Amino acid sequence: MTVQTILKHSYRIAQKDLMELFRNRLGLVLLIVMPLFMMVMVGFIYPTNGTISDLQIGVVNEDAGLQGQFMSNQVFLPALQGINDQTHMLVMSNISSVDDLKDRVQRGNLEGGIVIPANFSESLMSGQQGTIIIVSDESNPQISATIRSALTGVFDAIGTQFAEQQLNTTNIAVVKPFNIQTQGVVSGNPSYFDFIAPGIMAMTVMMSVMTGLPVAISQEKEIGTMDGMMVAPVNRLSILLGKTFAQTARGLIQGAIILALAIGIFGVTIQGSILLVFALLLLGVFSFVGLGIVITSFTKDQETAQMLMMTLMFPMMFLSGVFFPIQQMPWYMQTISQFLPLTYASDALRKVMVLGAGVPQITNELIILVAFGIVMIAIALPVFRRMMTR
Amino acid sequence: MDTDNIIEVKNLTKTFGKFTAVDDISFEVKKGEIFGLLGPNGAGKSTTLRMLSTLSRPTKGTATIGGYDTVKHDMDVRKLIGIVSEKMIIYNRLTAKENLRFFGSLFNIPKDTLTKRIDDLLELVQLTKFKDAQVGTFSTGMRQRMNVVRALLNMPQVLFLDEPTLGLDPQSSVEIREFVRKLNQEQGTTVIITTHMMLDADLLCDRIAIVDHGKIIALDTSTNLKKIISGADTMIVKLEIANLTPDMTATIKALNCADAITQDNSTTLHVIVHGDEAFDSIIDAVRKKNGKITSMANLQPSLEDVFLHITGHEVRDSADQKIPMEHGPKRFGGGQRRVR
Ligand SMILES: Nc1ncnc2c1ncn2[C@@H]1O[C@H](COP(=O)(O)OP(=O)(O)OP(=O)(O)O)[C@@H](O)[C@H]1O
Ligand SMILES: [Mg+2]
Repeated sequence: MTVQTILKHSYRIAQKDLMELFRNRLGLVLLIVMPLFMMVMVGFIYPTNGTISDLQIGVVNEDAGLQGQFMSNQVFLPALQGINDQTHMLVMSNISSVDDLKDRVQRGNLEGGIVIPANFSESLMSGQQGTIIIVSDESNPQISATIRSALTGVFDAIGTQFAEQQLNTTNIAVVKPFNIQTQGVVSGNPSYFDFIAPGIMAMTVMMSVMTGLPVAISQEKEIGTMDGMMVAPVNRLSILLGKTFAQTARGLIQGAIILALAIGIFGVTIQGSILLVFALLLLGVFSFVGLGIVITSFTKDQETAQMLMMTLMFPMMFLSGVFFPIQQMPWYMQTISQFLPLTYASDALRKVMVLGAGVPQITNELIILVAFGIVMIAIALPVFRRMMTR
Repeated sequence: MDTDNIIEVKNLTKTFGKFTAVDDISFEVKKGEIFGLLGPNGAGKSTTLRMLSTLSRPTKGTATIGGYDTVKHDMDVRKLIGIVSEKMIIYNRLTAKENLRFFGSLFNIPKDTLTKRIDDLLELVQLTKFKDAQVGTFSTGMRQRMNVVRALLNMPQVLFLDEPTLGLDPQSSVEIREFVRKLNQEQGTTVIITTHMMLDADLLCDRIAIVDHGKIIALDTSTNLKKIISGADTMIVKLEIANLTPDMTATIKALNCADAITQDNSTTLHVIVHGDEAFDSIIDAVRKKNGKITSMANLQPSLEDVFLHITGHEVRDSADQKIPMEHGPKRFGGGQRRVR
């Protein structure tokens, strides 16, 4: 049996499956309605801020100083450190340049940053406002808003302290010594929909193979048509591949529908490349195929497959940070979420769609997804072979 | 190996957990033969067929089709066979033609040949008019005809039919039977058919294997099987008694000459008897109980009687009572038990 024959058979099987899908009117309607519901529901239940601590913040200090005096190092940063020692809200690290900072925010290494411009000391010492720029990750509006309000609060407090000090020594002070400007990594003003749309897309497409595959195969076993394929000189791999192709196509169609809805109805904009978005979705599918095959091998009938799908889908939906930022979850949930491929797929997708990231910024996610996919397929194929030759 | 034998089965066994569904069966089928597997629900007919058609792996034993082992050379076997299984293998949302084209594409048939073959097959079962209608809209009889021609797309040398007339009306049953016979005569297709309907087996099969509890308990031509009864000075008596009582039945049952007895309806008994005095003894016994015999006939033995005679119980399960397959042993226990 040549590779060509295997592929030809799987193509015929995929074609047949899709033909059946498109004849199923109700199924088609649900294909569109389901993600629409999800977006609307989640979009309107905008979650409120929880308590957030240990935000990773980068500090870029470009302060050139004035006559050997550095207001940033001598006054501002110690004050910030002092307040943070009590609240533990931030974990600060020094970053060399603004570009580096933005890059790290895009990669997700940092959740936001503070930039102290070159004229900071000069402005302050000449009695003007010193500007501080807050950089935040807008693909995650919740975190972004939290960082802004937290830092603004801190700076106000420092500012008051500073003004009092100055008043004591010089008798002149600027009432609000710091001019705080916020700045996203990309231009525009992303909404919560920008945050959830990539997640929902990743989830729908990946779930479609993980759950669609077991359902599609067990259904054919149950009604008996599987025997028709099994009794033909067709490699078992062709059946698996064909079904996977069909489910992937279904998933991608659904993904495209979500994207269209997100753009058309919810005003979501895509910063990165659309091609990369779909490539990521495909990679997401690849990372889940193995899991789908394993589930297929263990489910005897359609009902079990459906139930298993619901059981797996819900925790995965919430643990992968599709709807709520992972940073809000308790530590043990955060740990679990690190083992779910959906976490990485939706993260990467979010970076591309909202932050305009390219391949270099998401290499970590790409590597993890590929590795997860390969490991799962390596586990799945022997399991599947055993199931087919019972 | 006998070159005439297209199928050779040796010590074929299938167990599900502790339960033995097919128990060490062996038989051969000649090229061009119509071979029947006859037995009650749960006898192991479908399991046997699934093993022969490579759908299920034997626990023990071997089977070859056209010289190819069903496990080691499953792909070669698949090219030679067609199967009509208990569940219809057709997609309701596809049209008749789309169904056939899909299944045909799984065999390496050139496109033109396939197109022509599909047209011919549809014509053969009078479905040409409906070729572009979704199969879901068809009647059961039409769907089964589709299902049968689907199995013929690769022009198989061996056709497996698992209860092909199940759930069909008499008219459709006759059509399927005639179709299979014609196929066998004109194409020389070897046919293995399972059924629990004696009529199917009797009318169609060259040889019949009677299967019970996973074992073949008799294997011969219909005529020879019936001789098991008529040869051994055994007779089948159909007895109608207007005022039949359970007491009367018990009395007849107790007679020396009575081998087995079943009650057909409230007034009719079916008795397998032996010996010269059997008729007289029965009449005496009924008279003693003041029974009124309205008719008494010496019947030609049917396969039903053969089954009853050999196994001591009836093939009572009928098509309309068919229980959906469950996991775990399902035993025949419906009809009356042997009374000897
Ligand atoms: N996959 C399975 N797992 C467990 N038991 C099974 C399985 N398949 C069949 N059996 C059992 O094996 C026995 C034989 O089943 P089989 O379907 O071969 O009978 P059959 O002769 O075809 O009967 P029927 O007339 O009902 O079709 C039954 O008791 C059935 O419950
Ligand atoms: Mg059966």
